[in-house]
Amino acid sequence: MNEGSKKTIKTLCFAVLGMFTFSFALVPLYDVFCEVTGLNGKIELKATNDTNIEIENGRDLSVQFVSHNNEQMPWAFKPSEDSIKIRTGKYHTTSFYVKNTTNKMMTAQAIPSVAPSNAAAHLKKLECFCFEQQELAPGEEALLPVRLIFDDALPKSIKSVVLSYTIFDVTDYKKVQLSKDLQSVHGNDHKMEPSI
Amino acid sequence: MSAVIESHGHDDHHHGPAKGLTRWLYTTNHKDIGSLYLWFSFAMFLIGGVMALVIRAELFQPGMQIVEPEFYNQMLTLHGLIMVFGAVMPAFVGLANWLIPMMVGAPDMALPRMNNLSFWILPFAFFILLSSLFMEGGAPNFGWTFYAPLSTTYAPPSVTFFIFSVHIMGASSIMGSINVIVTIMNMRAPGMTLMKMPLFVWSWLITAYLLIAVMPVLAGAVTMMLMDIHFGTSFFNAAGGGDPVLFQHIFWFFGHPEVYIMILPAFGIASHIIETFSRKQLFGYSSMVWAMASIAILSFVVWAHHMFTVGLPLAAELFFMWATMLIAVPTGVKVFNWVTTMFKGSITYETPMLFAIAFVVLFTIGGFSGLMLAITPADFQYHDTYFVVAHFHYVLVPGSVFSIMAAVYYWIPKWTGNMYDERLGKLHFWLSFTGVNITFFPQHFIGLAGMPRRYPDYALQFADWNAISSVGAFLFGASQILFLFIVLKTVMGGKKATPQVWEGSRGLEWTVDSPAPYHTFTTPPKVS
Repeated sequence: MNEGSKKTIKTLCFAVLGMFTFSFALVPLYDVFCEVTGLNGKIELKATNDTNIEIENGRDLSVQFVSHNNEQMPWAFKPSEDSIKIRTGKYHTTSFYVKNTTNKMMTAQAIPSVAPSNAAAHLKKLECFCFEQQELAPGEEALLPVRLIFDDALPKSIKSVVLSYTIFDVTDYKKVQLSKDLQSVHGNDHKMEPSI
Repeated sequence: MSAVIESHGHDDHHHGPAKGLTRWLYTTNHKDIGSLYLWFSFAMFLIGGVMALVIRAELFQPGMQIVEPEFYNQMLTLHGLIMVFGAVMPAFVGLANWLIPMMVGAPDMALPRMNNLSFWILPFAFFILLSSLFMEGGAPNFGWTFYAPLSTTYAPPSVTFFIFSVHIMGASSIMGSINVIVTIMNMRAPGMTLMKMPLFVWSWLITAYLLIAVMPVLAGAVTMMLMDIHFGTSFFNAAGGGDPVLFQHIFWFFGHPEVYIMILPAFGIASHIIETFSRKQLFGYSSMVWAMASIAILSFVVWAHHMFTVGLPLAAELFFMWATMLIAVPTGVKVFNWVTTMFKGSITYETPMLFAIAFVVLFTIGGFSGLMLAITPADFQYHDTYFVVAHFHYVLVPGSVFSIMAAVYYWIPKWTGNMYDERLGKLHFWLSFTGVNITFFPQHFIGLAGMPRRYPDYALQFADWNAISSVGAFLFGASQILFLFIVLKTVMGGKKATPQVWEGSRGLEWTVDSPAPYHTFTTPPKVS
């Protein structure tokens, strides 16, 4: 075999390894891409400390609430009101009803998402049950409050926003690890390690 | 053209093939391995075809009649996987093995022993995949695209076997493409510059680069699935912070170039055949090369057109729509060149030419329905309907598969030394042509009317076209038995072929004897 062939083979083997590595690199790249562009409609899981959002003459805005249960999560979970009429620059409080329908102690974590996704950056919350995990005893029920505000910089084209919560069963996940991750700088850090 | 014919009795010069079964097991000869690939691919084509017929038999009438829905899903999944990875891809690799060394004037592939390995791991991959049919929980049932979480959280236990078989298929493809690239880049006869290479060689060079780029990504995707299923990671599991949509991005980053992997060699084949039977030089050789290269490059930036309905932002939907439509430009160049090559040629319609012309026409129909699917707002209606099924079957069956059949008829005199039976070949063509159109054309209608794909049952208003489609499928399936018969008959005997075989054929492979001696071009020919 001549030198040229050996060189070609070497280059191609590196290309194969490189592309295999690249397929795994796509995972963090995808997260970074979503974060930079805000494409996923994700919002920070921590209370806002911006005190200058409130204004007097905001626009009308309709906010709809949607709830989902992830996979076989058995809890009852639904918004108290399906939709509300609010004004930008003004705080509103609503709540979600939740009930542990099983006969064992369970822990849940709700993850919010906003559609259209370019509204996500303008939604601020003072208070949300999604900031922390919810632990409910068998049969226990609760009304979980959300106190939210849309700042006035919300694009004019947006007349209606859907705020969706998916509730996850995290009973088996290590609690400390999870809440630490959720409070991290990025707020929407993807990695949650299961307890081993 | 007749420079090499002196060497009669090629069996006793150098050494011929070994005797017995071990010839095939140990062979490092590119012609033997090419034949192995082609026979293997034909066997898979029949197995995948029977699965397709199970599907069409079930869909002959609305309601469940023949199989259980669970088994239907397994048939659907295995049909797709076997046809893509077992039939079309190995057939093209087989053609590459047979033809590339002869076309570039090389004595063999650059890495003959790896060539043997890359073939012989394939039967094991498909044995593993097919054996999952007999496992508890049945074979994979999540469709050939194996979207997570269907293929992770909700998959049958046999999914692990599926993952390993995909790993093996991927390894085989990667080794095959390394071999092709090294051969083409380093073993061309003196004087054969890149822009003098036959178009089939060009098409395979580009295809091999695509394979090198995306098969490792497929391996990565199934490895992530494996880790999600067995090692507690959460790449695609939302409950653990992963994202199922990420799976679709990774899969289609592999999947869209894969689509072109299955069509580019067909472009090469069609160019040779149309040129030969039009008795003209191909129109626009260099534009053909550039068209293939641009299709290959564009294939990396269109993957999300498979995912318009997952909730992409507007900017992304627009980008992927325009990028997809851009591919119509180089593809249009190719179709234009084929038509112009035929224009004012003295055309004869031997079987390979019939398949090649049908390829151009029917592939173009598949291309046009692809353009319709590329329109994002329209795709929201077409997505996951039978319109998509009609689209990709038009580009794959009368596209890729017809080109493979055309190639077999075109080169089989060179491989066996015998002419095939022209009358039977034409009969095979017309049966296949009729069958394929009766099968897939009605699926456009039921798709536009809203019939979703992948279901074992459907609403009553789709009954008529489904019945017709099933009849066509059985016609197409049966006519492939005729194909098998014709090939076997040609291998056994027939009118002796001349070295040039066809009046208008050109290229190095037509300068050697028919059948091609076991070793060709041990001293490289001179190409002017």
